[in-house]
Amino acid sequence: MGQITLNQITKSFGDVQVIPPLDLRIDDGEFVVFVGPSGCGKSTLLRLIAGLEDVTSGDITIDGRNATEVPPAKRGLAMVFQSYALYPHMSVRKNIAFPLRMAGLDKEAQNAKVDAAAKVLNLTDYLDRRPGQLSGGQRQRVAIGRAIVREPAAFLFDEPLSNLDAALRVNMRLEISELHQTLKTTMIYVTHDQVEAMTMADKIVVLQAGLIEQVGSPLDLYHTPRNKFVAGFIGSPKMNFLTGQYAAGYDATTIGVRPEHISVSSSEGTWSGRVGVSEHLGSDTFLYVDIDGVDEPITVRSTGEIGVRHGDNVYLTPDASKIHRFDKQDLRIP
Amino acid sequence: MARAVTNRRKALNTLVAWSVGLLIFFPILWTILTSFKTEAQAINDPPLFLFFDWTLENYAVVQERSDYMRFLWNSVIIAGGSTVIGIIIAVPAAWSMAFVPSKRTKDILLWMLSTKMLPAVGVLYPIYLLFIELGLLDTRIGLTIVLMLINLPIIVWMLYTYFKEIPGEILEAARMDGAALKEEILYILTPMAVPGIASTLLLNIILAWNEAFWTLNLTAAKAAPLTAFIASYSSPEGLFYAKLSAASTMAIAPILILGWFSQKQLVRGLTFGAVK
Amino acid sequence: MATQHSRSAARIMMAPAVVLLLGWMLIPLTMTLYFSFKKFLPLRGGDLGWVGFDNYVRFVSSSAFWPSVQTTLIIVGGVLVITVMLGVLLAILLDQPLWGQGIVRILVIAPFFVMPTVSALVWKNMFMDPVNGLFAHLWKFFGAQPVEWLSDAPLFSIILIVSWQWLPFATLILLTAIQSLDSEQLEASEMDGAPPLARFGFIILPHLSRAITIVVLIQTIFLLAVFAEIFVTTQGSFGTRTLTYLIFQRVLESQNVGLGSAGGVYAIILANIVAIFLMRIVGKNLDS
Repeated sequence: MGQITLNQITKSFGDVQVIPPLDLRIDDGEFVVFVGPSGCGKSTLLRLIAGLEDVTSGDITIDGRNATEVPPAKRGLAMVFQSYALYPHMSVRKNIAFPLRMAGLDKEAQNAKVDAAAKVLNLTDYLDRRPGQLSGGQRQRVAIGRAIVREPAAFLFDEPLSNLDAALRVNMRLEISELHQTLKTTMIYVTHDQVEAMTMADKIVVLQAGLIEQVGSPLDLYHTPRNKFVAGFIGSPKMNFLTGQYAAGYDATTIGVRPEHISVSSSEGTWSGRVGVSEHLGSDTFLYVDIDGVDEPITVRSTGEIGVRHGDNVYLTPDASKIHRFDKQDLRIP
Repeated sequence: MARAVTNRRKALNTLVAWSVGLLIFFPILWTILTSFKTEAQAINDPPLFLFFDWTLENYAVVQERSDYMRFLWNSVIIAGGSTVIGIIIAVPAAWSMAFVPSKRTKDILLWMLSTKMLPAVGVLYPIYLLFIELGLLDTRIGLTIVLMLINLPIIVWMLYTYFKEIPGEILEAARMDGAALKEEILYILTPMAVPGIASTLLLNIILAWNEAFWTLNLTAAKAAPLTAFIASYSSPEGLFYAKLSAASTMAIAPILILGWFSQKQLVRGLTFGAVK
Repeated sequence: MATQHSRSAARIMMAPAVVLLLGWMLIPLTMTLYFSFKKFLPLRGGDLGWVGFDNYVRFVSSSAFWPSVQTTLIIVGGVLVITVMLGVLLAILLDQPLWGQGIVRILVIAPFFVMPTVSALVWKNMFMDPVNGLFAHLWKFFGAQPVEWLSDAPLFSIILIVSWQWLPFATLILLTAIQSLDSEQLEASEMDGAPPLARFGFIILPHLSRAITIVVLIQTIFLLAVFAEIFVTTQGSFGTRTLTYLIFQRVLESQNVGLGSAGGVYAIILANIVAIFLMRIVGKNLDS
């Protein structure tokens, strides 16, 4: 079980309210990702759930039990920290066994569970090493191992991949997803990287300044962002925004078009512009096109290779069915 | 500054540095050498450096005449006891300040430091009086308490600076793993801070060992440590250089050895982390 | 960042240290203040009543006061000048590449670990004794008349002894500070054409200024309280009576507690003036 409900919780540090009243329901077995720019309160929210911080008001319910006043150790949650937070003076085995030791399990039961976890995580050969002798990816796995032996109601991940290099990050991402498939335990995952959010989540919670901007499945957010912030945050490269005359034709204050929904032609199209930088990746080509009356260049993503160069004049045509319209309050117009 | 220099330059540096080093060390060396001479050789003119009849006689005399072992034992109890008690009191305090800082933490730290700067002579009589009233004068327990109190700010400070280097996430991880506060400090913080705690221990033993205001003023005979033992040699009686040297060597040898181990931590401890 | 639970735990865990130090500070301090306003002669009548600021006035107007202030300043100033100047030179020397650096370091630091009573006695007897001291032998060797160090040049002698004890401290801290100097800075200045003396003046010395300030402040606090060195050498005679020693004599030797306590209050104020500067620096360091 691992069903978590946040009911009207707030958090203030001194006079500064970092989390305004917030409601959220996380279902058993869900993989929920909190995503948002740094300082949006996503880590604070996670720490509130963990019990490492007190909520200023509101309730946290875990599996139907009010956990608001329960200390972190008693909430039945496990956490993987950004820095892994391994105990440097203990061997890998002792690190993983620590929560079991705290729970008062006997040595044999401890060893059995540690061995099982080590097997799942490919750590069997490293059990006698110290964390200092391991690579970043291995340390990450030890941290996860320490979390899974407790069989917690839910796992909390606080930006766990941000200290790894790009290649390893992709690997670990897959491993964590795989783990979720195997364990079917609730996971709450904090990241500022929308790619991680899109690839791993069942449910994404987009946060800004402590406020939930939108909750939904990755594709929900991609196709029907509730507002301009979510539209700009989800998707890579970022959505293009146009205002003024460009938007007026669509009866909106702002319109947004994703780079992959714009086609390029050298002869005809809706908007005309001049190519700035073009990035040729082989599989894709990214063009940055300056068009009149728009400050930022428009990003265009075309599949395959196209033969344009810096300074060429091109015409852009947005896919009319994929244009997102926003009103004065930056809210989506359905 | 690892820079390539010529060997000639390095040889010159070496020569100068060794000369200066030996010059500074000379009084200690001379004391040690003299402790192995006879009294007559000790005042020989010209002075004898290495070619004299080495003897251990002075050490035997000093031990016999002034009961060196008792003073040594007092020093060990007082310096060791005050430091250990100080650390036991300081670990929780330093934990609080390093990991649960509040707006007042900085003020409390600075205030603790300020108590260290209270000139001892300013409170000499009150302490003296309290000691008489409480029957603590010339007792090891009394001196242990006083030295613990005068070194407590340094101990708290040193531990605080060491604890600050331990990432708070590790303690939070322990909390998530089900460790109670006691277990968090005992199983995670303390083992991780062992090097820091050890150097705190070492430096404060040295400071307490060499403390020479309270030890001289609050003891007479029973609880007198080595500082007082040496001070008793200040009124000469006949030929006594060799015996003085032997007594001095015995008083400083233990701490000289400890000190050499702790020289790196000395800077941090004595500047309250202001020079790293 | 923490929970209410851990904050209250923190307060409880800090309590013993705070309470002890508070008691250690307040109880004797209050008593000293109390006595300083009394005529209190434990051996000659005990508590003879309140006298207002009489003790404060008498302490300052006694013939021993100004000489003791002067003596204190000369000793503190002399030791500071010697230890800082030699300390800078030694630190630079020890920072140079040389063989046996570790051993030289140990030799230089050793005096700091010698207890004050030992160093004072060793210097007094084995070096400064006008008959059998090493200096006397040395002077005679060169055909000079041996000097009666502790009576003819008492302040110089005490400054010498105390400087010997504190030079390691200054050297060690300045050496640590020099080693934290980014060597690329020096190389850049070398590329810019700065000769060694200019590099010392424009790069090394400014880099050391903070460490020097700290050395000066910390040493000042300890030097104001120098006691054992005088206690076992001159007992305050020959013009070596510092403020600390004067107060000690008033309190324990002549048992004039009221007068001594007033002196103690002066000493506390004096130390606090220095301490404020030190705390500022340390406090700033805490913020960063």
